[in-house]
Amino acid sequence: MLDSLDIREIHKHTAIIAVVGSYDGRDDWHTGNSRTALADSTTSRVSYTLDSSLDSVNKIEQVAEQCAQRAGFDEDTIPQIAMAVREAAVNAVLHGNAYDSTKHITASFETTADSLIIRVADQGLGLDPDKIPDPLAPENILRGSGRGIFLIKAFMDEVNFRQLHPGTELTLIKHRTPAQPGT
Amino acid sequence: MSMKVKTRQVDGITILDLSGRITLGEGSVTIRDAVRDVLAKGSNKILLNLGDINYIDSSGIGELVSAFTTVKNGGGELKLLNLTKKVHDLLQITKLYTVFDIKDDEATAISAFTK
Repeated sequence: MLDSLDIREIHKHTAIIAVVGSYDGRDDWHTGNSRTALADSTTSRVSYTLDSSLDSVNKIEQVAEQCAQRAGFDEDTIPQIAMAVREAAVNAVLHGNAYDSTKHITASFETTADSLIIRVADQGLGLDPDKIPDPLAPENILRGSGRGIFLIKAFMDEVNFRQLHPGTELTLIKHRTPAQPGT
Repeated sequence: MSMKVKTRQVDGITILDLSGRITLGEGSVTIRDAVRDVLAKGSNKILLNLGDINYIDSSGIGELVSAFTTVKNGGGELKLLNLTKKVHDLLQITKLYTVFDIKDDEATAISAFTK
């Protein structure tokens, strides 16, 4: 297990940015990867800069699951959030950065009183959300790809696209309910 | 956990018992290779048992669709068996539930193939 996934060390009532060491010695995590954490009394935030690999996708998915658990989402919603974030990370690594080892992806996880907000960004050529084919259309229903953004939208309350020049940032928001006491 | 495949034959139908995750780079490649192997051996009636698939992403869904179209275009049949709730829900959301022939019981699935 990656002990760096534990975000309990984020201190409440502070507003420091802490650069937390990289990983637990696994060779597949490059030294360029980093993580920062920011927290105050109402918000906790952790962010990662990772290489363009499937290992990064898996890591981001794991963190998403942990953040969703901490935010108090129910057992049906947690895997949906994790899947939506995984799909965003896959898009960033595969379609955005095209596995380019010189490019990185960033992922931030912010828990506020109202929402869990996840941002995933790449350094690719950019993505025009209006040009994404509808995977439910009869002519697309048997396509072997093209369902990632659709699933993200299905599982999250809000999905926003921002062009970074270069790259694309997806912001995924899931609203918490009053019954979710979480972090 | 990556995906594992066990292959068996029942009444001329090739059953692939899949377990684990069908995701980009892991299960999706495995399932593609497994279906290709079955077709290469001359069988084109395939039953994918997804009872032990606990996770599937959009890439995995795409791989199921590709397997379905590949087998169908070759004159064969591919059916799905024992969907977990997660996989069932994903196929509902993506409107693929009615595209696939999905069965809950192996014997019923076997008898549903064209003889």
